[in-house]
Amino acid sequence: MSTVVSTANQQSRPSLQFRKGDGVKVKEAFLYGLMRGVAYSIVLAVAFIIFDIIIKGLPVLNWEFITAFPTQSGAAGGILPAIVGTLSLVGLAVGVALPLGVASAIYLTEYAKQNRFTDMIRLAIVTLAGVPSIVFGLFGLALFVIVLGFGASILAGGLTLACMILPTIIVATEESLRTIPQSLREGSLALGATKWQTICTNVLPYAVPGILTGSILAIGRAAGETAPILLTAAAFFLPALPTSVFDQVMALPYHLYILATQHPDIAAVRPMQYGTALVLLLLVSGINIVAIFIRNHFREKFRW
Amino acid sequence: MSSNPATFPSSINSPTRNKLSKEKLIELGLIAIASTSILIVGLIFLFIGKEAAPFALEPGLGALFSDTWAPTSMMKESFGILPLISGSLVVTLIASLIAVPFGVCAAVYIAEVATPLEQKILKPFIELLAGIPSVVIGFFGLIVLVPFIKAGFHLDSGLTGLVGGILLALMAAPTIISISEDAIRSVPLSYKEASLAIGASRLETIWKITVPAAMSGIMAAVMLGIGRVIGETMAVLMVTGNAALMTLNPLESVRTMTATIAAEMGEISFGSEHYRALFCVGILLLVTTFGLNIVARQVLKKYRMGA
Repeated sequence: MSTVVSTANQQSRPSLQFRKGDGVKVKEAFLYGLMRGVAYSIVLAVAFIIFDIIIKGLPVLNWEFITAFPTQSGAAGGILPAIVGTLSLVGLAVGVALPLGVASAIYLTEYAKQNRFTDMIRLAIVTLAGVPSIVFGLFGLALFVIVLGFGASILAGGLTLACMILPTIIVATEESLRTIPQSLREGSLALGATKWQTICTNVLPYAVPGILTGSILAIGRAAGETAPILLTAAAFFLPALPTSVFDQVMALPYHLYILATQHPDIAAVRPMQYGTALVLLLLVSGINIVAIFIRNHFREKFRW
Repeated sequence: MSSNPATFPSSINSPTRNKLSKEKLIELGLIAIASTSILIVGLIFLFIGKEAAPFALEPGLGALFSDTWAPTSMMKESFGILPLISGSLVVTLIASLIAVPFGVCAAVYIAEVATPLEQKILKPFIELLAGIPSVVIGFFGLIVLVPFIKAGFHLDSGLTGLVGGILLALMAAPTIISISEDAIRSVPLSYKEASLAIGASRLETIWKITVPAAMSGIMAAVMLGIGRVIGETMAVLMVTGNAALMTLNPLESVRTMTATIAAEMGEISFGSEHYRALFCVGILLLVTTFGLNIVARQVLKKYRMGA
């Protein structure tokens, strides 16, 4: 589609030169410039945020910063427990949501018929994707922390995050399953393979890049979210690393929030804020960039 | 083989039947897993409703419709959510006023004007923006934008609804841009060709043919963007000052519904009236975003767009 549109654009471009008068041309040039300006202002804003955090965070970033415990309530030392906490929350969330999401997507693309039940599943996925993150936090608090008795813990926080990223994984997997040509399935079925054998050997392997992209984006989202873990898992300072899933954890985004808003000594803590923000940004954006690369790579490679 | 034809069908049949039942089991398993989404949505409504429900009995839903949010007051506790709604309204309005024109303009530029090379630059940046954690955007706003607004408007404090709205605009933009772009791209080429053929310029074609034809998709994109804005928590919590004032002035401190839950839930006892009141706010958020989402998806469905 994009190539078709852009060739049409190029063909139509000369028509600009046959317009009524110079006044119109000036006006058009101005309007094009305005649109271009708006589009690039967003790039500029993103670049500004990222550069500000990189430049001010980089001096803090060293081996000690990522391997030591915080001291002086976060104004010195490192952020190791926050990194470990975020990784364990994300690991649990993806570990739960990935199999559920991929299996749901397989059902929806390969098995589901057009009926009320399928419509309900789709409605549920759409609803889930739109639930505000703080409401997920309330839900996790009411169900996992209180009713199931997990307390504020990795388990409660990880499960809450899993509910949140489930729709991302389902939608990404579905999209990648849909791009696989029907002929691959038909070839396998014609040779006598069952439906499940066909899915395992002729469908899923080609969907792996798409599934990977979707789950990596989900990891990025889970790692950066604060509101859901605020109520279900996070603690500001813990003297030891977590030893079981029933322990509370520190987490990078929550650590940044506390340092930025609750710390009394603003001047002393500023470098640590930027350092934490940079580590979080590197983690999340790094994850997202990997996802974008994988997608672009395989988009070129698998062209049916 | 021919001497015993009876074994022939059965030797094929029995593994086939086994396979069939195994296939059936797998399908049932997949159905069960696919239903977890329904289960989770059900549980969310159930548990948020269950925790909020006792508030309707004591002190009663009427208590929510007051203009004072003072849940920890020593004199008289008050759970009026109107100032929280006005706070959410202020930041949402500001965010929409910025993000909608910028987002739609950028989407039109990317879909209709930008060269393939420009697209390769613009789109990753927009995806990158979508991926920046809200707490990082809030931090940036707190350190850079708050002092800037404070100096620019000669305020006592830069912690205002305006800063919150600007940050939320930044966070809604990627949603609005990418979905609008899809809508604009799905306008049939023949519309544009017809317009160009009768002598309209490319610019006239874009704004008078393509954009109106994509309008319902663009509206859906805006609704989804606004849904994201209303539900956003961390950025507004960090930059709006969180005073529960009944105001529509963007240069005053505001307290949004989301920020209220995030700030107060950690410090109260489970089962108290305050706790119930926060779950009532949660229901309001859930229902609002649910409504926006459903309407937007219905519109997008007409386009047969998966987004």
